[in-house]
Amino acid sequence: MSRPAFVESAGIEPMVIFLQNLVNALQWGSFYALIALGYSMVYSILMLFNFAHGDIFMVGSYIGFGVSMGLIALASSGVVALPNWLILVLTILFSMFLTSFVGMIVERVGYRPLRDAPRASAAITGLMIGIILETGNLALLGARRVSFPSLIETTTYNVSGVFVTNKKIMIVLVSLLLALALHQFVRRTKWGMAMRAMAFDFAVVPLMGVPLNTMAALTFALGSALAAAAGILFGVAYPVLDPYMGIVFGWKAFVAAILGGRGSVMGATLAGFLLGFTEIFVAMIFPSTLRDLIAYSIILLILAIRPHGFFGEPYSARLRL
Amino acid sequence: MRTRSLVGVFVLLGFLTFFPSGWVQAQTIKIGINAELTGDIPKVGEGTKFAAQMWLEDVKAAGGLAVGGKKYPVELVIEDNESKAESAVKAATKMITEDGVLVMVGPQASKQAVPAGGIANNYKTPMITPWSTNPDTTKDRPFVFRACFLDPFQGPVLANFITQEFKFTKAAVLYDVASDYPKGLAEFFKKAWEGLHGPGSVVAYESFTTKDTDFSSQLTKINNSGAQVLFTPQYYNEVALIVQQAHQLGWKKPIVGSDSWGSAETVSLCGKDCYGLFFSTHYAAAGATGATKAFIDRYQKKHGYVPDDVAALTWDAMLLVQKAIEDTGGLTGDLKKDRENVRSAMGRITKFKGITGEMTFSGGGDPSKCAVIVRISDKGQFEFYKSACP
Repeated sequence: MSRPAFVESAGIEPMVIFLQNLVNALQWGSFYALIALGYSMVYSILMLFNFAHGDIFMVGSYIGFGVSMGLIALASSGVVALPNWLILVLTILFSMFLTSFVGMIVERVGYRPLRDAPRASAAITGLMIGIILETGNLALLGARRVSFPSLIETTTYNVSGVFVTNKKIMIVLVSLLLALALHQFVRRTKWGMAMRAMAFDFAVVPLMGVPLNTMAALTFALGSALAAAAGILFGVAYPVLDPYMGIVFGWKAFVAAILGGRGSVMGATLAGFLLGFTEIFVAMIFPSTLRDLIAYSIILLILAIRPHGFFGEPYSARLRL
Repeated sequence: MRTRSLVGVFVLLGFLTFFPSGWVQAQTIKIGINAELTGDIPKVGEGTKFAAQMWLEDVKAAGGLAVGGKKYPVELVIEDNESKAESAVKAATKMITEDGVLVMVGPQASKQAVPAGGIANNYKTPMITPWSTNPDTTKDRPFVFRACFLDPFQGPVLANFITQEFKFTKAAVLYDVASDYPKGLAEFFKKAWEGLHGPGSVVAYESFTTKDTDFSSQLTKINNSGAQVLFTPQYYNEVALIVQQAHQLGWKKPIVGSDSWGSAETVSLCGKDCYGLFFSTHYAAAGATGATKAFIDRYQKKHGYVPDDVAALTWDAMLLVQKAIEDTGGLTGDLKKDRENVRSAMGRITKFKGITGEMTFSGGGDPSKCAVIVRISDKGQFEFYKSACP
């Protein structure tokens, strides 16, 4: 930054700006992708819109906050020596584990009693559970913003004008890794096979001996664990948490889930990144005031051309991977 | 017999109607507090409540409020406006029409204070907002007052400060387009800056909407615009995110803010990234003296942290309310008349020594007073840097 100002303003190549925004978009899309996966799974396997999913992301983020604070206290008390990176890894793992139970409880309390009810009832259940989680958090922790602890020191790399931080790289890698893990799980395990079968025919497959309740719980657990991972990564990148942070995220990730095509892990991931890219690049080209207006008009247009999403098949309930 | 008792009833009724003091022995003065206790800026609501309660303690210790040689007990009607415009309107309507408050203090943020001010003015109830700096709050509203300076004033003050301090000529602005306060201040700053450096000297004028957390695209634009300074008149939760992300994208130049930065939360959320940055505000806790220091010490002792400008301004607003009520020379008991009397008394207040500076209302709702430029020190404290008067 020692160069004079006029050189900076004149010397910026469009390519550098493009690459910088590419990095920005990769990080932003990671969150949409991880949250969209949970939506997508519940939708394809149980034919449910789990509108509480954005709030499970929020809960996951707060659980991550609690777990990391606990681990930091443990480490500083000197009982066990924990380096910061290990705290982060443990936080992610513990929080995914704990939040999966939140997901299972939501399913048990909110959706199982309504399994034979009209779909609209199940959909509003999600909205209500969402509100309960938000206001419950408000009652429990108060309205104060929570500052997510900075577990790893931010290191900024300047790659010929494009600024990348270690956190950004970590976020994108962890997201892709988790999406890949889910893909493998659905593809290669017996449980995964049962999930695909359920997506194929929700009514008949349970008659073949696939335990419906277990499958529902598993689906919610997996989705919630991914949402928790997204919540912690979010806390690492944007360390200001509030009880309502999941709402808009939930809506947008829902858009990504549908855009990806019903039941497609790959589709949801891609659509999540696409959403991130659209938002960032629209703000790059147009005035930022119009960002969501233009971004979501584009998404609407895509959906009009491909009403079944990228990987969804017309009139088929198959879980494609 | 029947006629006589009927006449008796009417005489009694007439007596009661025309001599209200006959049936209200100890009239209570009710003061409404319309505060942001939950929602986006709960810290603001907390400061409001604590300062108002401290004032009430003093009044109670004095045995009530002495008006026209009579002591009246005081009651606070505290309502939460959830940091939402519609809830602020609801809270204002409730305390004015149902609780019968004499004066309303708050709401604090312009987003709530602008619509709530309309309600107070329609019901002819004096309202004083300690913290709202948007001109619309008091504009054409004889019943609405404020205890702080205005957005149009902060815009030129900051533009002048940056020009003189850093000798910069190109500025970038990043603001929330969906919120009254940042939007208003961004416009005033742009106007003042372009007045100093010519059209086009604000090289990036970027916005986002409330609840956004990622500003990377806007900041990338700003980074590449050749701007020498970033002005962002945001609230504390966004300040932390904007400043950190700017630094992660390689921005190493100054970032300047407005009085919305002056919350105790700014540094705790933002951390080291905010050290060394400047903002304009109403008062600076570090380096305070006299009554200001007494207030700070008392507040800190009671609540465990240094009060921010909201608390200090609320304290001044409460004292302005007290002075206005005392200056009426006596309460009639007729709420409508008393509200009118308090309004005109407040408009006459001159050279009021507040802890945030000396204030004079010259008939209108806006006081004339000075702004303070604060530097966030390397220990994260708000340090007095310069005073800037109009």
